[in-house]
Amino acid sequence: MRIGVDVGGTNTDAVLMDGAEVLASVKSPTTEDVGGGVIRAVQDVLASSGADSAAIDHVMIGTTQFTNAFVERARLLEVAVVRLALPATDSLLPLVDWPKDLVDKVGRHVYMVRGGYEYDGREIAALGEKEVQEAARDIKQKGIRSVAISSVFAPLNSAMEERAAEIIRAELPDADITLSNEIGRVGLIERENAAVMNASLAELSRKVVGAFRDALKDLEIKAPFYISQNDGTLMSADYAERYPVMTFASGPTNSMRGASFLSQQKETIVVDIGGTTTDVGYLSQGFPRESGVAVDVGGVRTNFRMPDILAIGLGGGSRVRDDGELKVGPDSVGFELTRKALVFGGDTVTATDIAVASGAADIGDKSLVSGLDASLVSRAMDELHLMVEEAIDRMKTSASDVPVVLVGGGSVLVNRDLKGVSELHVPEHSGVANAIGAAIAQVGGEVDRVFSYDADGRDNSIEKAKGEARARAIEAGANADTVEIIEVDEIPLAYMPGGAVRLRVKAVGDLAA
Amino acid sequence: MKMTLDILDDFIRGAAFLGTGGGGDPYVGRLMLKQELERGADIEIIDPDDVADDAFVLPVANMGAPTVLVEKIPSGRSAVNTIRRTEEILGRKVDAVMPIEAGGINATLPLVVGAMTGLPVVDADGMGRAFPELQMTTFGVYGVSGSPAVIRDEHDNEAVIRCPKDSDAEWLARAVCIRMGVKCEITVYPMSGHDLKTKGVLRTLTLSTEIGRSIREARETQSDPFEGLMNYLRHSGEQRFCKVLFDGKVVDLLRETTQGWAVGHVIMDGIGDYEGQMKVTFQNEFLAARQGDKILAMVPDLVCILDRETAEPITTEALKYGQRVRVVGVSVPPVMRTPEALEVFGPKYFGVSDTYTPIEDLA
Repeated sequence: MRIGVDVGGTNTDAVLMDGAEVLASVKSPTTEDVGGGVIRAVQDVLASSGADSAAIDHVMIGTTQFTNAFVERARLLEVAVVRLALPATDSLLPLVDWPKDLVDKVGRHVYMVRGGYEYDGREIAALGEKEVQEAARDIKQKGIRSVAISSVFAPLNSAMEERAAEIIRAELPDADITLSNEIGRVGLIERENAAVMNASLAELSRKVVGAFRDALKDLEIKAPFYISQNDGTLMSADYAERYPVMTFASGPTNSMRGASFLSQQKETIVVDIGGTTTDVGYLSQGFPRESGVAVDVGGVRTNFRMPDILAIGLGGGSRVRDDGELKVGPDSVGFELTRKALVFGGDTVTATDIAVASGAADIGDKSLVSGLDASLVSRAMDELHLMVEEAIDRMKTSASDVPVVLVGGGSVLVNRDLKGVSELHVPEHSGVANAIGAAIAQVGGEVDRVFSYDADGRDNSIEKAKGEARARAIEAGANADTVEIIEVDEIPLAYMPGGAVRLRVKAVGDLAA
Repeated sequence: MKMTLDILDDFIRGAAFLGTGGGGDPYVGRLMLKQELERGADIEIIDPDDVADDAFVLPVANMGAPTVLVEKIPSGRSAVNTIRRTEEILGRKVDAVMPIEAGGINATLPLVVGAMTGLPVVDADGMGRAFPELQMTTFGVYGVSGSPAVIRDEHDNEAVIRCPKDSDAEWLARAVCIRMGVKCEITVYPMSGHDLKTKGVLRTLTLSTEIGRSIREARETQSDPFEGLMNYLRHSGEQRFCKVLFDGKVVDLLRETTQGWAVGHVIMDGIGDYEGQMKVTFQNEFLAARQGDKILAMVPDLVCILDRETAEPITTEALKYGQRVRVVGVSVPPVMRTPEALEVFGPKYFGVSDTYTPIEDLA
């Protein structure tokens, strides 16, 4: 049996699953110390199913704690950034384009050092070992203990970043060091940004992952636990502790994967209607389609694998106004829904009130919305269905009708067939789709580097890349029999000799039991 | 006109549009320029009419692969050094710099150089868009020699290339560029103010800024950004012919490396009023748009692929299966359509079998 936990900003959800069966699910408030909420949720889910903690094989946790820290600029460490690149890249220094309030938190401790690689693996310059040593001393003197190291074309060769880390560690044995090659793709600025973000989360990740560990210990659950990452796959707790940045955007990914699982749909659009927003995403082979453009997190440009999500301002708490023109959202009463909405005795007309008045939902006190103008109710229902239809249409990849899975607490708003939708699924347990997504996540392995088609041929190169991706998935804990390749992306490198092609291949598989 | 933070994003969006799918990720160029402007740099853009006939004008560019430029960032310092070196070789101080191409990352480098040196940047270029090779300029077509071309990297390695034929200069420079790590800075086509005015594609920095502005302003007023764009192109000074050629969804994408180029095609299924399929072929930049057997636009006219909702230009590398896009065709100025010009950068050079026909006679 496995337990899936979703630690959100408001609620901590837990589900207990046996194979493909959901045995129990609970919702419990998130606590300040994180661990307390997890203990409570897991206790509740075990109690409500009567299962024994010894029967738990795996625990999977999804969390938005790290994304939130970045977005709120809270609990971040100061970071020293060491770039191995001179004499190249001095036109754009590290942290260029970071919002000022963020630089105030992480500081501007930038060290430019000789080093880095050319596209074909030659050195731009030999590593400036002495300069790295000097930087390490300066970092020590400043009292900074979190370091990010980047180097040009580090995804092709990580040796210099590793050597620089060794030198810094000799001076600062306790430092948290993040190497850019372990995190990002080709694209120096974005990869370096991710390394700095990761380094700034080092302390928080120890605290949060430590809290998870302690909570499971208190619960006497000895099973290994995993944390879900942004592409819907899992990482080990130790890995997550070192790379908290990899959890960014895992929330929408888990909810989409959970929706796919609950509805048994693999090629579908998922509509997650919450209290404030509706997230619409596209599932392909059961995995969220990734965003093709660089994604900003808290105002910083990154090149993470992120789901391509369209968020619109429609949720159960959306305000409904009619000042000549009818508007639903984008603002919402949010967590105050149970105080402000008419059906709860408040004075604000929300989308939930409209749904109750129309008979689509039965929430709160129905009699409190009996006075709502019938024409307003019917026009607002038309409007919110239209908003959902338009969002679905924008995410579609073909003009034909598509299946849609509807999840989230706000899914009650939808009470009729949607245009452009072939079949509408509203699965059971849809309120805890996030925790289910965490529980069923798979492990993945990715390769992203330059191959030479002239030397190895296209077919051989792709086979080689697939083999490496498979090996990495198995290394990450996947059962070899279940590993499959879910993405092959070829990008020829224009102007480069030797038929150089950048291949990005991703393999995923079920977690080995 | 000055380059300022207020118009920076408009300019970058417009340069990406004129890049017609190629020319490199505009993000790096934008950052370099933004950094200079935030330092308080004063970047003067001068109208071609304000350049003296005997002035010494020098195009400066970055040469390399877009995929390398996101790792090995173009070097402003090295670009300035190529200019200083050209001055030494020719025994004359440069009066103004300019872009060799209006599209992509090379639209921004001369502005960065302007910020670093105080040199004014001429509102003109030699391609009116982006092209992959050095000889594909109106300067070369109408008799300005590309030589001497000075190429440098960040190690202060330098090559000076002198060739009677510009296509030979391209051939040699490309080899040097590869040795330098597929990224180098280059000055090429040193010329007089008179040559610039009579042989360049004029006011393309303004054009970029206005294209970017027309898209942004339409978005801000919740009107159709495509309408904003078309309106501007049709009714501005040059009165370009332009048209939405297709509205569709990417259903097939083929990219191959042939002779060092990103060559391939993208096929879209029609949406709404647009039926059937459209196929756009590319060699770094988009070359030709076809619906069935009927060709609707071809190089050197601009074939641009834009995001269907926001009208944000999409580079060939960023094209993805399933994207919803619109294909827009735009005419180029007469200076780019003469028989001599078509010889150098017309459809035939790029292996497009059709004889060149202006977009206004096709679409």
